[in-house]
Amino acid sequence: MKKHSDTLTGQEAYVRDHYRHHRLVAAARLLLFGALLLLWEVSADLGLIDSFFFSSPVRVGKCFYSQLLYNDLCLHIGITLLETILSFLLVMLLGLLPAIALLFSKTLSEIAEPYLVILNSLPKSALAPLFIVWLGTGMKTIIVAGISVAIFGTIISFYTAFRQVDSDKLMLIATLGGTRRDAFLRVIFPASLPILISTAKVNIGLSLVGVIIGEFLAARRGLGYLIIYGTQVFQLDMVITAIIILCVIAFCFYQLIQRIEHNCKKKYTL
Amino acid sequence: MSKLLELSNLSYSYHSLQGETLALKDISFTVEEGEFVAIVGPSGCGKTTLLSVIAGLLTPEEGSVRLANSDDKQELPNIGYMLQKDHLFEWLSIYKNVTLGLEMHHLMTPEKKAYIDRLLREYGLDAFREKRPSELSGGMKQRAALIRTLALEPSLLLLDEPFSALDFQTRLMVADDISKLIRSAGKTMIIITHDLGEAISLADKIIVLSKRPATVARIIPVSLSLEDDSPLAPRNAPEYQPLFNELWEVLSNEEAL
Repeated sequence: MKKHSDTLTGQEAYVRDHYRHHRLVAAARLLLFGALLLLWEVSADLGLIDSFFFSSPVRVGKCFYSQLLYNDLCLHIGITLLETILSFLLVMLLGLLPAIALLFSKTLSEIAEPYLVILNSLPKSALAPLFIVWLGTGMKTIIVAGISVAIFGTIISFYTAFRQVDSDKLMLIATLGGTRRDAFLRVIFPASLPILISTAKVNIGLSLVGVIIGEFLAARRGLGYLIIYGTQVFQLDMVITAIIILCVIAFCFYQLIQRIEHNCKKKYTL
Repeated sequence: MSKLLELSNLSYSYHSLQGETLALKDISFTVEEGEFVAIVGPSGCGKTTLLSVIAGLLTPEEGSVRLANSDDKQELPNIGYMLQKDHLFEWLSIYKNVTLGLEMHHLMTPEKKAYIDRLLREYGLDAFREKRPSELSGGMKQRAALIRTLALEPSLLLLDEPFSALDFQTRLMVADDISKLIRSAGKTMIIITHDLGEAISLADKIIVLSKRPATVARIIPVSLSLEDDSPLAPRNAPEYQPLFNELWEVLSNEEAL
């Protein structure tokens, strides 16, 4: 339909309103962020909050800069990133294999079910001191702590996703003379991908939580170590800077998984 | 015509802690090569169980299923099974869907590829081979499901209410279309249906099952004088109404028992 400068077709008006709404939401988010920063800074400057305890955006910025220059901040960030990514990948892999075993053995799944439920509901931070005793301090312990937070929930989620696949689809594979391996690779796994990806979204955050708990207790490097060290020596600017960096990392991880999810949906039309 | 399938005194039971449920009892019948057989019966009488036993998905407790030219050691199933829904996988293209069985058996030879290409052309799906199932109409999806079943070149096709998910008009067209395709492919077919009209229109023989435990209540041969090739022609045949009334009476007696 012909477009005029002052009259729009229904479709054009819908598209314009859609993008206008998205721009409005993005602008409102940025404004809110700016307003909170401003409120924080002004409150600190006017003495409404004690900047020694609550810091301020300017102090965080200065701290960030000085940590970059003199305290190997990039190394601390890199270590936390590495530990989190390794924990995440191991959680996904170690969650997948038992879930497949449980899927193919009804007896095994019935035996394992109460153990998985109990282990999943256990507060994992309670295990971290034990890991230090068993494994010593260092990256190995931190990665195990990161894995422990998410592994049991992952096994349960994956197994549940596999079990929810339409039995008629599995029957179809049987009628075509397919094996259990065919059923898994050609139906169960692709059909479960949306749940596997949503579990991955949760796990990346949980791995970060586990790694930070591990770094609190058993590290000499990493953002968790910086937070604990900063608290011990009352450098709260350092603590708040590390927390803000953690927020940025969590956001970046989430965006990465969103991108993977988008690509998977496009490829598999899920 | 030679005998393709023979069921002799077939019985099957389901077991649970609450007890045993006899689903099929002493079922015997034969199916000739190239014959179309419809199975009708009261809801829940065991029609799908019977098809599963014939397909080899369930093992009968008593009796036997003999399929001519069948070898226990053969790798490919000699029986094709079309389920109630098309179950085309949305994450695969139509081509990947129809070649699923061949892929699983690592049989994507040039001859098989040529056979699939021919079926896609004949069934009007050639232009849709790279599309996803959601982009096809209900009838086209059923055709794709049929190609997937025919790809392994089974001698017997089992259809479990394959048109029940379609609206009435589409169902009439698709049922007629699919049955003609199967006849032209020279295959033998056993179809389960709740639609008595569909059973009379498509089949050469109708097997009426009793209520659970299913036994063969009656076997009714069908022979229609067709005036033309249209989907409605069987329903306009003079033999249609008497056959419908006969089926209705047998099933009503079964329901009332």
